[in-house]
Amino acid sequence: MITRRNILLGGAALSLSGCKLLDNLGGDDWGLRAALQATEHLTMAAQRLVMGDRLAPEFTDADIRQGQHPNGSTSVSSADYLALQAGNFQGYRLQVTGLVERPLSIPYAQLTALPARTQITRHDCVEGWSCIAKWTGVPLALILDQAKPLLTARYAVFHCFDAIEKGLSGEVLYYESIDMVDARHPQTILAYAMNGQPLPMANGAPLRLRVERQLGYKMAKYVREIELVDSFAGLGAGRGSYWADRGYEWYAGI
Amino acid sequence: MPTGPLIYRQRRVTRITHWVWAVCLGFLMLTGLQIFNAHPSLHFGRETGFDYDNAALAIGARQDGDSLRGITVVLGREFDTTGFLGVSGGQASAIPPALTMPSFQSLATGRVIHLFFAWVLVATLTVWLLFSAVNGHLRQLIPTWADLKALPGDVADHARLRFHHAAGYNVLQKLAYAGVLFVALPVMIATGLTMSPGFNAAAPWLLDVFGGRQTARSVHFIVMLGLVGFFGVHMLMILAAGPLNELRSIVTGWYRVDGGSDDHAA
Repeated sequence: MITRRNILLGGAALSLSGCKLLDNLGGDDWGLRAALQATEHLTMAAQRLVMGDRLAPEFTDADIRQGQHPNGSTSVSSADYLALQAGNFQGYRLQVTGLVERPLSIPYAQLTALPARTQITRHDCVEGWSCIAKWTGVPLALILDQAKPLLTARYAVFHCFDAIEKGLSGEVLYYESIDMVDARHPQTILAYAMNGQPLPMANGAPLRLRVERQLGYKMAKYVREIELVDSFAGLGAGRGSYWADRGYEWYAGI
Repeated sequence: MPTGPLIYRQRRVTRITHWVWAVCLGFLMLTGLQIFNAHPSLHFGRETGFDYDNAALAIGARQDGDSLRGITVVLGREFDTTGFLGVSGGQASAIPPALTMPSFQSLATGRVIHLFFAWVLVATLTVWLLFSAVNGHLRQLIPTWADLKALPGDVADHARLRFHHAAGYNVLQKLAYAGVLFVALPVMIATGLTMSPGFNAAAPWLLDVFGGRQTARSVHFIVMLGLVGFFGVHMLMILAAGPLNELRSIVTGWYRVDGGSDDHAA
């Protein structure tokens, strides 16, 4: 716990080995960490207020100077995925489940035949790097309109094929979520093409999410299923995202 | 030491905000270096060059026979920085762990602390700005024509460590404090926001002001170095001008000014 003594010692510690002062915050269930992280709600409210439904900046073809730097999972080795990949994903079906009037199972050919949006945007990784690429995909709003979310649906959860973590206790498949504001934003698309080519395996084939006003880890790759939920209970550690469960912000607008 | 009377020089708001942002800037620097370590290079432009080189700075480690060397590349020129940057204590680490918070690699924790103190800093600066605009403190920081004419003499006095202890600030103080409060900190906040994909949607023009997200990130880092430099000079000046009197004024508000006869006491 933080005590008055700790605070008083803080100044001295800063000059000696300031680095260690808040090392305890590395354990992510510590009360002080949660208190500091509460500013995430302030950040989200402030950003939503100033950005409204405005679009993330879009660029031109001339700004694409390299491929999209792959990061996180760059391949998937599960049998079901490899079988789909062997068939150029023609056997892939996107599942839309949870709090919807009409659960969907959309074949790949049907997805790619829906009205598409193409956008050249900058991908910002939480690590600090950026990369500009052209993304083509189906607006998520279009899928939601078909599935008709119930009024109780608050978040869209993305269940993925990729095992981001492989340990003795088994595999952890990537999961991420966004709220309905971001889900219905016009630039929020399920991309199946990148820089004019089918989405490569390293970048999340057959389908990856683009949420252009947030950081890269929100943009789930290898999307298998979209589940509409009213809470994150029962999903990972309950914070709605693989990385949020590991101490990162759920709202990654900065 | 000055022998004049004690005067009430710093208002309570000035003193409190000074200490709050001093603490904020300490945490922001240490956690900022933690965040930097997640991708220890700086670039010019909109994006990071992976297939081409747009790096301003890159810190890394290289195996050289039996030893691990820390390598820092600045604008294409390579420097061996083993022991400080790239490799310290025999371990690969861009910025040494002694200068990062937490002292181990944890981007998530660094971000949580950084973004918390960023909010505190913005709130404190806002309070300071409002109060200072009303109570006249702002005007005390802006150099006048008379100040600028006195600049050469003031520089010479500082160089000889001859300090005047007056109610107002001398011109070098005004320039330094105004530079931090009206230039450096606003640029830090603006470049921080320019790195935010959310804020980019709200204010895309900021990207044009700084020449792209990666340039903004580089500017954020360079201005940080400037603030560290300011901090060092600030400490030296306090030590040279009489630390007890200077500290008393920023803690209690009371400051002893020069008496009639010892204007140039060191």
